[in-house]
Amino acid sequence: MNQAIRRAWVVAISMFALVLGSLTYVQFFQAQELKNNPWNSRQLYQDFGRQRGAILVDGRAIAESVPSNDQFNYQRVYNEPELYAHLTGYYSLSLGSSQLEKTESDILAGTSSSLFYDRVVTLFSGVDPQGASVELTIDPQIQQLASDLIPDGQRGSIVVMEPSTGNILAMVSKPSYDPNLLSGHDTAIIEQSAAMLSEQPGLSIYSNPATESLVSPGSVFKLIDAAAALESGEYDAESQIPNPPALEFPGIEYTLPNFVSGGCASRTTADLEFALEQSCNTPFAQIALDLGEEAIQEQAAKFGFGETMDIPTDVVASIFPSDLTDPELAQSAIGQFDTRVTPLQMAMVSAAIANDGQQMKPQLVKSVRAADLELIDSPQPESLRQSVSGDTADQLTEWMVNVVDNGTATGAQVPGVRVAGKTGTAEVSATGDNAWFTGFAPADDPQVALSIVMENVDIPTGQQLTSPSAKRLIEAVLNR
Amino acid sequence: MSDVLTAPRSRRNVELLLLLLALAVAITASYLAGVDREEAFSEFFWTQGLTLTFMSLFLHIVLRLRAKYADPLILPIVVALNGIGLAMIHRLDLSAMQSNPDIDPVASQQVMWTAVAMGAAAALLILLRDHRLLRRFTYISLIVSAVLLLLPLAPAPIGLEINGARIWISVGFGTFQPGEIAKITLAIFFAGYLSTNRDLILLAGKKIGPLQLPRFRDLAPMAAAWLVSIGVLIFQRDLGSSILFFGLFMVMIYVATSRVSWVLIGLAMIGVGVFVALELFSHVALRFDSWINAFAPEVYDRAPGGSHQVVQGLFGLANGGLAGTGFGAGRPDLVTYANSDMIIAALGEELGLIGVVAIVMLYVLLVSRGIRAALGTKDGFGKLLACGLSFTIALQCFVVIGGITRLIPLTGLTTPFMSAGGSSLLANWLIVALILLISETARRPVPTAPMKDSFPEALGVSGKPVKKRTAKVATR
Repeated sequence: MNQAIRRAWVVAISMFALVLGSLTYVQFFQAQELKNNPWNSRQLYQDFGRQRGAILVDGRAIAESVPSNDQFNYQRVYNEPELYAHLTGYYSLSLGSSQLEKTESDILAGTSSSLFYDRVVTLFSGVDPQGASVELTIDPQIQQLASDLIPDGQRGSIVVMEPSTGNILAMVSKPSYDPNLLSGHDTAIIEQSAAMLSEQPGLSIYSNPATESLVSPGSVFKLIDAAAALESGEYDAESQIPNPPALEFPGIEYTLPNFVSGGCASRTTADLEFALEQSCNTPFAQIALDLGEEAIQEQAAKFGFGETMDIPTDVVASIFPSDLTDPELAQSAIGQFDTRVTPLQMAMVSAAIANDGQQMKPQLVKSVRAADLELIDSPQPESLRQSVSGDTADQLTEWMVNVVDNGTATGAQVPGVRVAGKTGTAEVSATGDNAWFTGFAPADDPQVALSIVMENVDIPTGQQLTSPSAKRLIEAVLNR
Repeated sequence: MSDVLTAPRSRRNVELLLLLLALAVAITASYLAGVDREEAFSEFFWTQGLTLTFMSLFLHIVLRLRAKYADPLILPIVVALNGIGLAMIHRLDLSAMQSNPDIDPVASQQVMWTAVAMGAAAALLILLRDHRLLRRFTYISLIVSAVLLLLPLAPAPIGLEINGARIWISVGFGTFQPGEIAKITLAIFFAGYLSTNRDLILLAGKKIGPLQLPRFRDLAPMAAAWLVSIGVLIFQRDLGSSILFFGLFMVMIYVATSRVSWVLIGLAMIGVGVFVALELFSHVALRFDSWINAFAPEVYDRAPGGSHQVVQGLFGLANGGLAGTGFGAGRPDLVTYANSDMIIAALGEELGLIGVVAIVMLYVLLVSRGIRAALGTKDGFGKLLACGLSFTIALQCFVVIGGITRLIPLTGLTTPFMSAGGSSLLANWLIVALILLISETARRPVPTAPMKDSFPEALGVSGKPVKKRTAKVATR
């Protein structure tokens, strides 16, 4: 019998071993994942109980925790909520947190490992722990201007950045919302507000459109075709490309037309300068067919397509489709079909061209300071990759300047400054198009790169809301 | 059978020392539970400390007088577990009272139950003296078990249904789960039945290949076990208890027969039971689903039968991490039933992996000491009883902690000695008293004087006691 008892003991010990193993798994290996689970309100409860750090723009708090007289001790308050909602995100009891409130949560809450020393000090000094504050790269005046340039009721995004550092000076999307509605301590009111906001057309409180919504780029994608053409070595400034009014494909009825009202019709062949200037479709479609899907794909990837980023908020990957038939490739190459980009992606394309082909990582955070104002972290400019060679970048810059001087983007001209740019119109529905502008200035010493997209507008409105807005933003940045 | 050497020393002083250590742990925990809210020396602190100290010293003295050679580790371990449990329940009370000051503190009830349970354990030690007396009550135990298990099914004034499970009865001042006590009486029945009939069960029956199959009528206790487990599952909707009962029977049958074939038959029967339960009972299927798909939104939000509880428990454990948030600094109150079914999640959150591993190690020690008693005692009944009861504690820990950590589906079971709940506490303290008694017979020095001629049939032709026969059986 004793042998059987020993075996029973072994079984009992094995059960304990299993239990110890699973406890270790949950509390050690899985802990971080569980802590980050959106349903996990613990971190929130814990964080609400302490003074969370502020998010600052130019020294002014756009999100801060102020003492409150309820069980949580502190209340998160957003100043100028609509202007910054898509950047700060919300910090909500029942909805979790989003954007910077989410990605910088460790720092704001003071639990980041970089704040370990401060935590030890507060542990022994008995002072209530405080979170660190996060200062953004945003320029409040540019941000305000960008916001003013998108009419209320219009869905659109503007991204303004510094090409040499990747610092984001403004990032605005409309429609926006008031995160204060979601950050109270009454979950019933939060639910109500969330339901109300979800009914607003074009608004999603869960994502920042500038970095997380994918839209058709239309003709601004031609910059990538032009870059691919130059980088391939098969094309140069002299190359003459057939410019038929419409491109036909053997065996099928589909034809790809040039833009009807533009100046393309004046020439039957075009060089790249002219094709960009007038934004002719057929030359670029032919370049793509000639170079092949992979070449375009590769150039797109060199500009950052297909890659997610954290800046530190999430950026979704822009898409250039694959496994395309010829008509699909032709369409994709002019930014139609399944080609999709984030507004930030197009600003990055311009910024890379502006920065001699070197693409810098976009950055929203300028510095992190502990509660005692000690500097903990200030992200340094970080190069992502060489998107195109310096020569290609120079050539593209010249052509883009020509687009602003003589072509489709004349509205972006700034007196005394050489502005480089490219417009785009993506046909997305029967009711309207996506109107785009992307570019940078000054062309010989770029200080600012930007992208503007207005979604679902008619063509005249779209033109009005893009190039002239770019002009005002460039002026504002250069005059600061 | 006598290959385990018995210790000649009583080691009661070791027990006293360890007991003081256990009390220090328990009382410190209780102090920490209140210190953050500046209520460290509250009324509860004194009642908890004094009750635990007084009752455990009382038990210690009872052991000195009545069971001098009982295992010295068991009492301190259990006092520590009980004390930490009380502190955590009190700490959760404080959280609950913050939002609703009128709430009835669970901890003071639990202190009362602790006193009752420890008193009952002492009474059992004093009255019973020798566990072998229980063998006389083999069939009475069966009847008592049946009554206890059927009581909750009685009509309303007696039987109560809480949260879908019909396992409670109302007893004047509160509720009681008779199933907890039935665990002990069923163990007594099985130990008695199997120790009496094991030879018959072992020798009769056909042999097919390597498997010695039992005769059909020897399967009767097995069938009874199965019926009880399934009956509890069907009529009381209590998955945890039915697993516990079945595990108890399986281990006792295995220990009695040393036959793997019985275990296989048992597992097959469990398989059938589980399959039937999954098919027939939505609550079992839901538990299963919320185990597998705990993180699916529709499962998380489902009520009843959703995974909210287990997921929140996991969040708690994750929040504790390696070192824990510290006693009173976490939010274990966010987990439903944090002070009963989910108390391990609460402890894991505040004491961390380190603390909860220490607690599990206390259970490992406790179970090992119980098994040691089973090895040491010489009577089959005692072996079966000690082994069965110790294994039950291990199985209960496995089912509870495994359920909380999502190793297995979550079932509503108490963590022995820690969870809030009087019946569980009482039953487990009675189990401790029984194991202490059995360990006493295991460790008591064998009388060295020549045996009186009271059992002439035990002597061989040469006049020496025949021990070989039992020894042979034991090594099967």
